Amino acid sequence: MADIFELRDYEVWDGNMAASHALRQAQVDVVAAYPITPSTPIVENYGNFMANGYIDGEYILAESEHGAMSCCIGASAAGGRVATATSSQGFALMLETLYSASGMRLPIILNVVNRAIGAPLNVNGDHSDMYMGRDSGWIQIDCYNPQDVYDMNLLAFRVSEDHDIRLPTMVHQDGFMTSHTAQRVKTLSDDVAYNFIGEFKPMNDMLDLDHPVTHGVQTEEDWHFEHKARQHHALMSAVIPKIQEAFDELKVLSGRQYNIVESYNMNDAEVAIVCMGSSVETALEVSNELLAKGIKAGVVGIRVFRPFPLVEIADALKSCKAIATLDRSSPNGTVGALFNEIAGALFNTNTHAVLTNYIYGLGGRDLTKASLHTIYRELESNAESGNVTTPLQQFIGLRGPKLSFF
Amino acid sequence: MSQVKTKNLKNFSTSADRFEGSNLLCPGCAHSIIVREVLNATNDHLILGASTGCLEVCTAVYPHTSWDVSWIHIGFENGSSAIAGAEAMHKALKNKGRLKQPDLTPKFVTFGGDGATYDIGFQWISGCFERGHNMMYVCLDNEVYANTGGQRSSSTPIGASASTTPAGRISYGEKRNKKDIMAIMAAHGAPYVAQVAPNKWRDMVAKVQKGFSIEGPVFINAMSACTTEWKFAPEDTIAISDLATESLVFPLYEIIDGTKLNITYRPKNVLPVRDYLGAQGRFKHLFTKQYEYIIDEWQSRVDAKWEYLQRREDACV
Repeated sequence: MADIFELRDYEVWDGNMAASHALRQAQVDVVAAYPITPSTPIVENYGNFMANGYIDGEYILAESEHGAMSCCIGASAAGGRVATATSSQGFALMLETLYSASGMRLPIILNVVNRAIGAPLNVNGDHSDMYMGRDSGWIQIDCYNPQDVYDMNLLAFRVSEDHDIRLPTMVHQDGFMTSHTAQRVKTLSDDVAYNFIGEFKPMNDMLDLDHPVTHGVQTEEDWHFEHKARQHHALMSAVIPKIQEAFDELKVLSGRQYNIVESYNMNDAEVAIVCMGSSVETALEVSNELLAKGIKAGVVGIRVFRPFPLVEIADALKSCKAIATLDRSSPNGTVGALFNEIAGALFNTNTHAVLTNYIYGLGGRDLTKASLHTIYRELESNAESGNVTTPLQQFIGLRGPKLSFF
Repeated sequence: MSQVKTKNLKNFSTSADRFEGSNLLCPGCAHSIIVREVLNATNDHLILGASTGCLEVCTAVYPHTSWDVSWIHIGFENGSSAIAGAEAMHKALKNKGRLKQPDLTPKFVTFGGDGATYDIGFQWISGCFERGHNMMYVCLDNEVYANTGGQRSSSTPIGASASTTPAGRISYGEKRNKKDIMAIMAAHGAPYVAQVAPNKWRDMVAKVQKGFSIEGPVFINAMSACTTEWKFAPEDTIAISDLATESLVFPLYEIIDGTKLNITYRPKNVLPVRDYLGAQGRFKHLFTKQYEYIIDEWQSRVDAKWEYLQRREDACV
């Protein structure tokens, strides 16, 4: 039996420490991991808990991220709670097995500490890895600060392991900006946190020796489509209600309110920025400054990236006249992914908002308040004229001459 | 451990059958013989893994399965890690008192072809062995990517005509010698590493049982004669296997704790390598004036390896 870790009501944790404590409180049965910046402290902290008697599960220090996720898949199919962490190149190396994990309906929790993907090699935060995972069949939950990371990790186990869902979840936080920035985190005691998640209930577990199961079969044109359709169906229909239920219970336990789509200053906003990760909080500061000047400028933060809450997003943005989508990943030949998602959400609605796209913060470049003020100014001009008064896609915070397209 | 008695082949072949006869493997494929011999070597419960390859695609095509034990496949390179993960979960649940059948101790075994073992999955296997998982890895070594049409692997022997290294007007086929996987796995310090062949079933079962009795990672390299890619008649699988072991092309031995080497089979009358090569279509082109020197080189290499194995055994290192 692992020792109880006595936490204070408030701890000062960075995002990595918040994730490590959530994994500890979840009493994960098997963690298989490989260290990579900036997620490394998650597995270091976990090793430290292990060395001091706070973990009674198994801890596999794999030879690569691909090996780590492969061990996670075997462990999960065997029938128990499984989690790991990674970033960037490691995420890319894992990618093949991420599709296996979701296709085999295994509720593994993966902390993704978002980081750019080379070349050129870069250790800092952007959303390239998060975007790379968006078609992999995982639930993707986005965090803005260490408190979110703590809460969303606890929630992830509860949602993923639900027998109606049985899909893996990525919990995303921004490399360094969130992962290495210590902030105040309100904690739950070990038993309250564990009870919020619930006990792991195995299903189709290989270790049930009386009921052998075959995992990871082959299907061709006769059955592959049906399997993928069922997986999509579970992702689309079961996940959002289960997350909402968990949000509601978390509010009772902790007083903290989370939403499928996070809207700030959006009640009668005429212009809005839609973004993800730590940028949501920076944008909110600017939004508050503008509000003080009487400018109706709001922020919409993506909380659940997959399944994408199309209807809820459209609803949050319905009163806006001009919207900017901010993408922190190189679009490499088209508009940003978030621009496409938001355009898709608004199309076929009564909204006639002007929609533009900003590419920012690649490789850890800061998103400054000055840049956000510029974006809001351009949105106001779009709202006023009812047309796109700037190029559709602009790179913001880039050195050298301005870069824009469309 | 519940050990199966191996008095005779009939008695052995009627023991608990957990790999069903119904599968899509080629008639004459040695894989199924080896798998049955491994599974039938124990009455204990089994948790099996497989890497992508002939065995995997021929035994688990939805909605069917040939496996009457729990079985998992993820991809080409990670059958070892899948079983390592399952083994770790067993350990965790045992420690936490959550096993459904706490008194039973299943064996954890993964099968992979030579492509999945010598080539693409090597890093994963190396990781599993370095970490010391309590598992057995069985390489079904048919010396070629048979599942995808006979491309060369790093187990393909010199002179074999493979689909990516075909014999031709100016080529005798594969140019590189087969990788010495036994030495590499022994160098991990694994407690038990053994080479087996399905025709020598008593030797094979004894080694598999020895492997099951040992705590830690066990590597078994099983020669799997491939009727399709080695190009011999399906009914000749055991005859070809006999030629391999009698000619010492495929010597049977074991290495204990990474060092102590024992030869487990010594042919009474060693056959020439030429007889083994001549029985297979993949070496047909060597029997020409142009390439016959490769056969002589083969013989010298087999002789030298046998000499080396005997010296290692004598020296107890």
